[in-house]
Order: sequence, then C-alpha cells, then structure tokens
Amino acid sequence: MDVMPKWADALLIPLISIAIAFVISAGVIVAIGEDPMAALNTMVTGALGSSYGWGYTLYYTTNFIFTGLAVSVAFHARMFNIGGEGQAMLGGVGVALVCLFIPFPHWSVALPVALIGGALFGAAWAAIPAYLQAKRGSHIVITTIMFNFIAGSLLVYLLVEVLKPPGAMDPATAKFAASTHLPTFQDMFSFGEKPAFRGAPANVTFFFALVSCFAVWLLIWRTRLGYAIRAYGHSEPAALYAGISPTRIIMIAMLISGGLSGMMAINTVMGEAERLVLNSVEGAGFIGIAVALMGRSHPLGVLLAALLFGFLYQGGAELSLWTNVPRELIVVIQALVILFTGALDNMVRMPLEKLFLLFRRKQPEPATTSPKPAE
Amino acid sequence: MSETTSNGGAASVAAPAIELKGISKAFGPVQANKDIAIRVMPGTIHGIIGENGAGKSTLMSILYGFYKADSGQIFINGKETTIPDSQAAIGAGIGMVFQHFKLVENFTVLENVVLGAEEGARLMPSLSKARKLLTELAAEYELNVDPDKKIEDIGVGMQQRVEILKALYRKAEILILDEPTGVLTPSEADHLFRILKGLKDEGKTIILITHKLREIMNVTDTVSVMRRGEMTATVKTRNTSPEELAELMVGRKVLLNVVKLPATPYAKVLEVENLRVKDDSGVERLKGVSLSVCGGEIVGIAGVAGNGQSELLEVLGGYRRAKGKVHLNGEPIDLTGRKSDGQSRREKGIAHVPEDRQREGLILDFHAWENVAFGYHNAPEYQKNRWLMDNRAIRKDTVGKMERFDVRPPIPSLTAKNFSGGNQQKIVLAREIERNPELLLVGQPTRGVDIGAIEFIHQQLVALRDRGKAILLVSVELDEIMSLADRIIVMFDGQIMGERIAGQTDERELGLLMAGVTDTGTSPLAQSPAGAMRVGNPGQGR
Amino acid sequence: MTVMQRLLGASAVLALSAGTAAAEPALIFDLGGKFDKSFNEAAFAGAQRWAAETGDSFREIELTSEAQREQALRRFAEAGANPVIMTGFAFGSVLGEVAPDYPDTKFAIIDMVVDQPNVRSVVFNEHEGSFLVGMMAGLKTETNTVGFIGGMDIPLIRKFACGYAQGVLAANPDANVVANMTGTTPAAWNDPVKGGELTKAQISQGADIVYAAAGGTGVGVLQVAADEGIFSIGVDSNQNYLHPGSVLTSMLKRVDVAVYDALTQGTDLETGFNVMGLANYGVGVALDENNEAIVSYDMLAQVYAAADKIVSGEMMVHDYMSDDSCPALEF
Repeated sequence: MDVMPKWADALLIPLISIAIAFVISAGVIVAIGEDPMAALNTMVTGALGSSYGWGYTLYYTTNFIFTGLAVSVAFHARMFNIGGEGQAMLGGVGVALVCLFIPFPHWSVALPVALIGGALFGAAWAAIPAYLQAKRGSHIVITTIMFNFIAGSLLVYLLVEVLKPPGAMDPATAKFAASTHLPTFQDMFSFGEKPAFRGAPANVTFFFALVSCFAVWLLIWRTRLGYAIRAYGHSEPAALYAGISPTRIIMIAMLISGGLSGMMAINTVMGEAERLVLNSVEGAGFIGIAVALMGRSHPLGVLLAALLFGFLYQGGAELSLWTNVPRELIVVIQALVILFTGALDNMVRMPLEKLFLLFRRKQPEPATTSPKPAE
Repeated sequence: MSETTSNGGAASVAAPAIELKGISKAFGPVQANKDIAIRVMPGTIHGIIGENGAGKSTLMSILYGFYKADSGQIFINGKETTIPDSQAAIGAGIGMVFQHFKLVENFTVLENVVLGAEEGARLMPSLSKARKLLTELAAEYELNVDPDKKIEDIGVGMQQRVEILKALYRKAEILILDEPTGVLTPSEADHLFRILKGLKDEGKTIILITHKLREIMNVTDTVSVMRRGEMTATVKTRNTSPEELAELMVGRKVLLNVVKLPATPYAKVLEVENLRVKDDSGVERLKGVSLSVCGGEIVGIAGVAGNGQSELLEVLGGYRRAKGKVHLNGEPIDLTGRKSDGQSRREKGIAHVPEDRQREGLILDFHAWENVAFGYHNAPEYQKNRWLMDNRAIRKDTVGKMERFDVRPPIPSLTAKNFSGGNQQKIVLAREIERNPELLLVGQPTRGVDIGAIEFIHQQLVALRDRGKAILLVSVELDEIMSLADRIIVMFDGQIMGERIAGQTDERELGLLMAGVTDTGTSPLAQSPAGAMRVGNPGQGR
Repeated sequence: MTVMQRLLGASAVLALSAGTAAAEPALIFDLGGKFDKSFNEAAFAGAQRWAAETGDSFREIELTSEAQREQALRRFAEAGANPVIMTGFAFGSVLGEVAPDYPDTKFAIIDMVVDQPNVRSVVFNEHEGSFLVGMMAGLKTETNTVGFIGGMDIPLIRKFACGYAQGVLAANPDANVVANMTGTTPAAWNDPVKGGELTKAQISQGADIVYAAAGGTGVGVLQVAADEGIFSIGVDSNQNYLHPGSVLTSMLKRVDVAVYDALTQGTDLETGFNVMGLANYGVGVALDENNEAIVSYDMLAQVYAAADKIVSGEMMVHDYMSDDSCPALEF
C-alpha cells in the first residue's frame, strides 16, 4: 500500500536517518570530550569547502558509484552481490595488466582498453558464483563472500610472486607508464595561475561514473534485458511463466554487476595510485552495498548516496588530520550512517508512515483514499 | 430484502453466543471493517458471505485475536470480552479452522491435536487423554481420523477434520471456519457439512465464511453479507435466495449463469499424447495424460486441486519439462529442449492465463502497463529500436486494453498490487486474449474474483471460443466448469478419470470421478487398471 | 608561502577550534596504526619523549586509506607543519612525488630512501644488529637449531633473517637455522596467533631459540616461547621485560631515536641519507636486569668483539637488500 508519497520515501527517510546518525555521532564526540559542532564544521569545510576537498570527495564518490551500481544491478535481479570487493580487486588486476603490458601512446587510448580489462576481470570473478547460483543453487551471498577471500589471496599471490618488481618491499606493481596516467581534475580544471583541485585524486573516471549511472538507468528501465532482470527479481515463478530464463538473467546480471565493480579499479588503480597496491579497494565493495540500499537501487539514488559516503570519507580524513577524534571513532560515525540508512530503515519509516496517515485522515476522504478500485 | 434479525425478538430467549458492536479496523488508508455489528445465536450456523476483500477475514481475525480492532466491542455469551491474542480467544471458547491448515506435517494426528495444549511437563498423560477424547468425538460427530497417522500421509479432508478436532479438544463452543470447502471434493464437502450439523445439534455455534452461495443456502440458518468492509445485511437463510444474496454482495443485479450458444468445434488445435511429468522430488504428477482440444470449444479440466492439473498447464505453458507428445495444429511442440520455454510457446500462439495470477501472471510491484507487456516484452510493436523498449507504445496499448476489458481504475501507471483481484485478472486476460492466440490455457480464471468480474471474464472466454479459438480451462470450481466448458475432463492423481459432455452429466457423477471412483463402462478415456472400481484419496495436500 | 597555500591553509585553520597548527611538526603513521607494540609505537614513543622534554606539541594522523597518504602529506605541508615525519617504506613513492612541490618543508621517512633535497631518509643496518643477536643464539643453543620468524615477507625482513643466520653460523658453524615468514601481506605484522603457531612448529623441529622480527606478531612468538620454556629474541623496542628469563635479548632498532632526532632538529632538519647502524647506536643488543642472568660474560665478550669488528669495517655482514641474496640462508 502506498502510504507515503514517493518523495517522502526517496528523500525524507534518508534525510531523517542521516540526521539521527549525526545526532548520535555528536553524542559520541561529546563523550570523548570534543566539540561536535567544530567536528562537523571540519568535516563540511574539509570535504566541501574547497576545490581540494571536492577533489577528494568526488574521488571516493566515484568508487562508490561503481560499486553501488554493481550492487544495484544485481539487486534488481534479486541477487545480493556481496562480492563487489573481490570483483573490484580482480578488476584492479585487469587494469594493471593492461596498463603494464600494453604500450599506449596516450591515456585516451589506454582508458577504454583498461575499462574493458577491469570490467572483464571483475565480470569473470562474478561469473563463477553466478554460475554456481544459477546451475547448482549455491547461495550467491555465501559464494560471493567466499570469493572475496579468494580474490584477496589471489591478489596477494599475484602481487608478491608475479607482479612485484624485484627488490621492492611493497607488495605492489611497478608504476604505470606516464602515457597511461589519467588526467586529474587538477590537470583539467586549472586555468591561469591558481591550480584548482590541487593534489586531489579525482580524475576523469568521475565523468565515466556519471555516464555509467545513466547507462545503468537506461539498461534497467528502458531495455528488454532490464525489463527481464526486474521481472525475474520481483518474482521467479512469474519470470518462468513469461519465458524469462533464470539462468540467463542470473548470469547476465551478475556479469554486469561484476563488470561495474571491476571498473572501479580505473579510478583507484589507474587514476590515483597509478600502480596496483594490495588494498586498492579498501572496502568500497562493501560500502557499495550501503550505497545501493540507501539509493534504493536507483542510479540517481546511488549517485546521491555515493556522494554522501564520499563526503563521509573525506570529512573523516579531515577530522583525523585536524582534531583528536581517533580514527576508530570516525569509522563509528560512518558505521552509524550505514546502520541508520541501510539496516534501520524501518525504524524511521514506520513512525513516518503513521504520521502521514494521521495527516491524511484529517483531509476529506475521497481525495485521499488510495486508488482501490471499485467493483 | 426479507426481514432482518439484527434487532429481532429472538434475543430475549438467550444471550447471543457472539455479539459484535461497532467494530472498525483500518489498514493504512483502507477501511477493512467499518462499524460492523453482528449477533450470532447459540446453536446456529451463521454464514458470512462477501467478495474477496469485503472484510470477512479481517473481522474473523479480530474475533480470534490476530488483529486489534480500532474501535468496537466484543460480547461472548452476553459478556463483554477483550481478545488481545489467540490464547484469549481459545480461553473464551472460540476455535478457528483456517483456510490454510496450521498443522505440523511430520507429526501424527494425535500430536497435532495436543500441540500447544499439553498439560504438565510430561507428554504421555496428555496424549492418552486426547486419544480417549478423539475416539469419543469420532463416534459422536463422524469425525473419524486415525490418531496415529502422520499429517503428511492423510488427505485434505482428513486434515481439516484434525483442525476441527484441535478446536474441540480446546473446548471450543464457537467454531469459525474460513472457506472450508476450497480444497474439498463435493462428497468431502458434504461430509463436512454433516459434521457441522452434528455439532450444531450439540449446541455449538458455527460461523461459516465462504463465497459460495450454494453452501450458504444449504447449511446456514442465518447469513450476513459484507461488502467493502460494511455489513450490508443479515437475513434468515430460508427467507432469501442466491440471486438476492449475490445482489447484496455486489450491489447490483448479476447473472449467475453463463449465457452461451452451443459450441461449433473445428479441427483439433491441441493434441496431447501420453504426457508424463515428475516433480522436483521425483514423484510422478502426470501419469500418461492424453487429450485434445478443438478450435471453437472450451475443454474444462475438473478435479480437486493437486491432482496434476497445474502440472498440465505448466507443461503446455512451457515451464515444466515432460515426456510425451504435444502437437499444436499438427506441429510438434518441444517439451524438453531449448524451445520449451514460455517465449517459444507464445511465438507458436499459445497464450496462458496462469492459475495464480499474483505469483505467476503478474509482477505485483510493476505498473499495470509493464504487466501488459509481461511475456510479450520482446514483441516488435513494443520496441523503439534495437536497444530500447517503446514504453510509450506499451502505455498506449494499455490504455486501449483497460478500456476494452473494463479495468478499473483505468490508470496504466498504477501498481498491479493496487488493483482488486478481478481487475488484476482482467489485465492478465486482456494481455493474453488480445494476442488472439490459437490456444488459450486458462487456470482458475475466477479464483478470488468478485462476482461482477466473473460475469465479464466468462463472457470474454466464450467470445474467444466463438472466434474459433481453442480454450483449455482448469478450475477447481465445479460450478464454473459445468457452466463454461463444452467438454469436461476429470483428473485424479495425475490421470484422466473420465470425459463427459457438458449438459449431459451432473455434479454427482463428476464428484465421483473427482474422488477417483470410475466405472470403465461409461468413460471413453478411463485409464484405471483392470476396469475395477478405484477408490483413493486425492493426492497429498497439493 | 604562496597565495594559494595561504588560502588552503586558511581554510584548514578555519576548520580548527584552536588555530595553532602552523609550524607544528607532524607525524604520519602507516595503516597499521600507532599502537602496534613495535615499529609505529616506537616512533610514537620518540615523539612523546620529544614533546615531554620540550613542552611542544605535534600533529599526528593514522591513515585509513591509501589515498590518504598523499593527502596527509600535502595537507600537513600546506598547513605549515615542519618537519613532516612518516613511518614505513610504503610512503616512498608518494613522498618522491610530493616532496618537490613543497621545497620549504622538510620531510623525514623511516625505512626507505627517497632521493630529494628536502627529504631525510632514515634507514637502519638491521643486518648488523641481527648478526649480533644471531651470534648470541648460536652460542646459547643446545639443540644446535635456532628459529627465525618474520612478519611480512619483504626484502627488509629477509635482511633481518640473513644477518641473523650469518651471526648464528659465525658463532656456531654446526647450527641449523629454521626461518618462517608469517605472511605476505601487511596483516602479517599483526597476527600473534599465527606467530605462536609458527613458534610451536619450530620448537617441534628442534629449535630452542626463536628470533621474532614480526611487529605485533612477535608478541605471540615471545609468549609461546616463554610458555614452552625456550628462549626468544625480541625486536625493534627492548622487549626483554615481556618475559624475563625467557627473552634472551632484543635487537634494538632505534626508531624512537630517529624520530626524536628529527623532531629535535626541527625545521633545520638535516636532509639526505641517514644510516643508523651499530656505529651510531641506531641498532644494538638489549641488556638489562631482565636478561643478565641468562647472558654469560663469555657470550657478551664475543658479541662485543664482533661489534667492534663490524664498526671498524674489519668484518662485513652481508646485506640481503644489496643484491637480494643471502649466503647463509635459503628462503
């Protein structure tokens, strides 16, 4: 029953959730003897108050857009892809291999090839759990989680034994050739004397992430495949009735999902580090789940949620740079936001629905009764 | 309308067993019960009739403590009572038999009866006490069940008796039965009604919730009609007629019988030979079924639910693998390979109105217009170009279909779950019939559909038949089969028990076939071994 | 400061409740966190000692993500922090890029060489210190088998192992050195359970002395050694006190001194290559009341003699990192 208008469901609930999370966080900060207003001020000015802050915020946002979209696409097929982390790791391997072993004349040539490399490796990593789910009924949550660990171990092996330049201590690949370096916002938007986005890692991948949002929207709501994915996700018996093959949908949705996760590596590996390091993903695969939940699996929602988490990440970094809030508490604040927006959704929703009902009852009946049809 | 008894003089004799005053209950913006008043006298059978969504089940759930009424009072035997949960309801002497039984499949009958009403920490005394009581009740009310059989091993009718025994074991004086005959054969239903009359004679009070007018007329003393959350009338059964009740339920005059001309069958459209199907657990669900349907006729498959009709539809609809041969207009249909899916079937001209529209026929969270494309989302007229679907074309098509099939409200962007059962079914029918299929598979076309919509749906099916198309109809409502089909095939335990021409058979004969009793002499398609009388129970559950 | 730096600095200062950031030195801890009972904690101890002695304060940050490496460096440099000290080799490549952008800021990096005019690269001759503790192990062992447990398998830790093995064999040519690494990822720095298991495995192979060069993992090694009644050797900080009578000695790597020195020199930080070895007391052997009972005079005499030879250049301990090979130990 549609008790609340759409805007309340899509905007009001997340906003209230975030507000509650911040209030509790403020309590935590007060408890350790810091000033919550100053802390908030540090986060906001640090993340959004300068081109530098935006450069970092958007860098993280880019990561979260990709992983959030990945989780969303799978979620439309009712597949809970927890494996974004591992798929992004493998995507990193794909990107690194492309950048290390193909001599590119210019980044504009390198980018599409690296995109394909990252997407292929990420998709390949999602393909195995997808196959196991489709053909053997192994639960996708279990298999993708396990594949995160396998991906981690595989990455360690590759970096330590294969890709690490001899003599280096860091388990990381060599630096990519300069011709594969993606233009950062600093390169693109610095006009005249003052460099904008100075030193910030945000790069051209961000725009590709925006394009991906639009492409996913088209896919899900405008194509036959997206229609079939959504139909399967809502009801498997109905999909069977309509002649939509579950195996095909599971495989395709998971391949797209893995591919999107893999493309995240463009941002971190090719755009920021310019080499593959062990922890290039840094939990973005998991944050993607929260982003997709909060964004209601809609690309626009994912974009906004990714922006929020990008803000939290960059704001958190600023907080640990300039205040004595320990980094563990910053994680607590981020976790609170995830908790309230993702897991405790109903805690806000229920009272709000009641409130809306109360408000409705006071209005004249016929205008507001839900469109329950007459016989 | 005849005389009403809601404030008649009978109350002076004794306090009513149940009296509800001003019960109201809302779910969100939907007012499920509005100011309901009802009094049920002890030692009577009181029917509550109404269409799906009229609020019958909500009212009974309030009485049984599942929901709390927003306002109103409940009186049991003249005493005001609050019923916060089902334990309180049991304490007040109310027993309930649900539409979907609440039994533990792998417990015995005896264990199920005692479950939740054990006395003391040790089980044995309760069990032996229950065994004694069960034997007494069996003798008294024809409630004979084997107390040591497991639930999964006994038939549906028997399971229902266990539910009744459970209520009686808990000393219920008031028994509520929610759609009790939905899963029963006619003879099982008769047995149930004999039990209910016996209980009534013992002074128990029975509330019977149903949408079947015939049952109301046969067994009840008083009947209350609900419509859209309101109690529209309470009348003495002997003073009313089915037509009057139907009018009270729907709010206008309805035709209870299908008007149709005799069929003029053309060539065979569908031929099924020796179809065999095993379910996921390896149990054979279809045991060599052969049948044919001609263009211009409606073939009805009668039978108690769970005797292979669903599997038959699924095989023909393309989403269950099977052995055997199926031909459509002489062309073989793939039953196992790559072409055995719903898409290939639709390409061949087989349309399918599935038995469970909410589970299969519709995506409840999709808009109406998205559901209109469901199954036909690859159709060329719904595509804008190679890549994108033409949503505008689908919406436009939906507007037309809604108008032609009288879907209310005619809003394409409304989510499917917000339509009533009848209008949901009309969306499915519009989608399938307007494809002008060679063969239409129809399962339970009017299940959970309001009477007004039933009339319309039947008309549409007959119209398709009259355009020379073949229709295979599966329904557990014998009345519907008898009035709609031209030829009737009865299925039992995955086999065809017999075939009859509609109009040349009666309910009793079909009822026997449905129960697995057949005489080879009169049945052209009888498959029972050695021509002997065969008696069995209708499968297990589903 | 350039105008831009001023602007950015101003925004940072704005964000602060007390606007005293400028000119403070800053210390950046790697992802492992500052309380690792070993490397990072030693750096923190050095900084605290400096703060206690001078009454000045310093900024610090524990990283939570890779991207923050460059961010922290730049932000501290832009805010005027000077010098900026970082612990760990992982900063190497980032610092190489960032340092030229802030010619007025001095940087110090520990355990890595970054060749920039405003960077002080502090490296330790761990192989020399390990050689000395290896000698002690070789002299002390009764089973002629000694163990080595490394943290993450990187050249730096192999350098420890190689120096140790050379020392063992120099003192006891018949001895056998068993070497294991805890893992190949940074997680290996903080896995005391696995450290303990490896110790037990080495004991079953006959080892009666184990040397743990494994950061937080070593805590487990020392614990099991004490429980099983064998000797152990600590690393980085003086860990003798953890299990008196069981910890034979500790190979001291004075990260705290390096940090303290850098802070003391402040903005006048001497840049360039800074090797801390036996000669300048950057590495050494820990002797205190906790282990005096188990270290014999004879043993000490031999160790001191060897140390003198190393300092004078008379004896060379092979550095694994010079050619990625070890004459005394197979990996």
